[in-house]
Amino acid sequence: MAETRKELLLRSIFKRNPIALLVLGICSALAVTGQMSTALVMAICVTLVTAFSSLTISIVRFQIPSTVRIGIQIMVIATLVIIVDQILKAFYYELSKQLSIFVGLIITNCIVMGRAEGYAMSNPPISSFIDGIANGLGYGFVLMTISFVRELFGSGTIFGIEILKLVTHDGWYVPNGMLVLPASAFFLIALLIWVIRTLDPEQQEKN
Amino acid sequence: MAEEHPLKPFYSVLVLAFACSALVAAAAVGLRPLQDANRSLDQKKNILAAAGIYQINKPVAEQFESIEARIIELGSGKFVDPGKIDPASFNQLATALSDNSGKELDKSIDIAGIRRLENYSLVYLVKKNEKVDEIVLPVRGKGLWSTLYAYVAIDADLNTVRGVSFYQHGETPGLGGEVSNPRWQKSWQDKKLFSPQGQLQFDVVKSGTQVSPENAIYRVDGLSGATLTTQGVDRLMRFWFGQHGFQPFFEEVRKQGGFNG
Repeated sequence: MAETRKELLLRSIFKRNPIALLVLGICSALAVTGQMSTALVMAICVTLVTAFSSLTISIVRFQIPSTVRIGIQIMVIATLVIIVDQILKAFYYELSKQLSIFVGLIITNCIVMGRAEGYAMSNPPISSFIDGIANGLGYGFVLMTISFVRELFGSGTIFGIEILKLVTHDGWYVPNGMLVLPASAFFLIALLIWVIRTLDPEQQEKN
Repeated sequence: MAEEHPLKPFYSVLVLAFACSALVAAAAVGLRPLQDANRSLDQKKNILAAAGIYQINKPVAEQFESIEARIIELGSGKFVDPGKIDPASFNQLATALSDNSGKELDKSIDIAGIRRLENYSLVYLVKKNEKVDEIVLPVRGKGLWSTLYAYVAIDADLNTVRGVSFYQHGETPGLGGEVSNPRWQKSWQDKKLFSPQGQLQFDVVKSGTQVSPENAIYRVDGLSGATLTTQGVDRLMRFWFGQHGFQPFFEEVRKQGGFNG
């Protein structure tokens, strides 16, 4: 594969988005997209964890015995997630309280494992690192799009700043309560996948 | 793949496990002072929020100056001299665990599901113009999945709820987790705890229950979709404002003619 690094970085955002094409990491995409600020922090955390876990695993990929490789990947990922969680608790306490268990659940985010197993195990460190960042950005792109819609139409705000004046605050906008609920992210992700696959028919699955 | 020594997986996992645990331990120990500071700041913020005097753009420490932390003995309801136990370093939850400073609760008493009760409790006196305006009391009790921790702010009349702040819990987000929703917490304001005869009347009822107008002042509408969490909140209020909770303290204060008497 003769991909340049730029291609490697860009393909995971649109052409091969981890959520839209690979349909990985859906669970956390439902949970944290109610507000843009939590979605942004989650995206940054996942990007960091994916990048550094791919880097670490790629560096030691020749030393990893194939019988225990999944266990070793989990261990590296879990370590990174705990460190990220500790840093959040120390410096961004409010956000870490809002994200609560979801930071810990990055461990089980399929994107991280998927990239470690699917890419970093068979590619050099730098490419793996870029691939990790790219997948984090692809995840972040979907998260930000969905949380934008959910927060704007669900609570009338963007990053907590009121855009549509709510009826409860003497405004005109009646918020759509469904968008506040996690399940609404399902519909939005489906719509997003539809849009992406219409724009790029190559991603459509053949029957 | 080349032939592997049978012990190689074992060694590599062992080495990695050591490296990883060293990293995690370093992060946890190195960042603990910052995290503790955050936690105590958050606690102060919640006390201020329960009291309804929290302002976002003012430093918490400055706002907390109007609040005096005191320790009371739950059994007798008397204030404890700050020289005996220092409120600043008092860890209430830890004292419940030791037999010297806490006791195990009998099942028939323990309606809040807290199992052990401490002998001493912190109370926060919120002052306005040198007078006690309201008091903030720490309470806790079991919800559906987890123990709910909250501060309840009571007016100096020892009857009117001024506010509540659930600051730690592990209830289902969106259902029981709505206990931390400020809009719901607002519905507690101005509710009365006791009837004129001194009976505890406060009740968190199932959401949507018909309430007669004369009782409405004692009733808080529960959370819909969170029946068990709502029950837990109701029970913890019954426990902490009953005879094993703060009732002796209230009686003691009344005997002294109120806080400012």
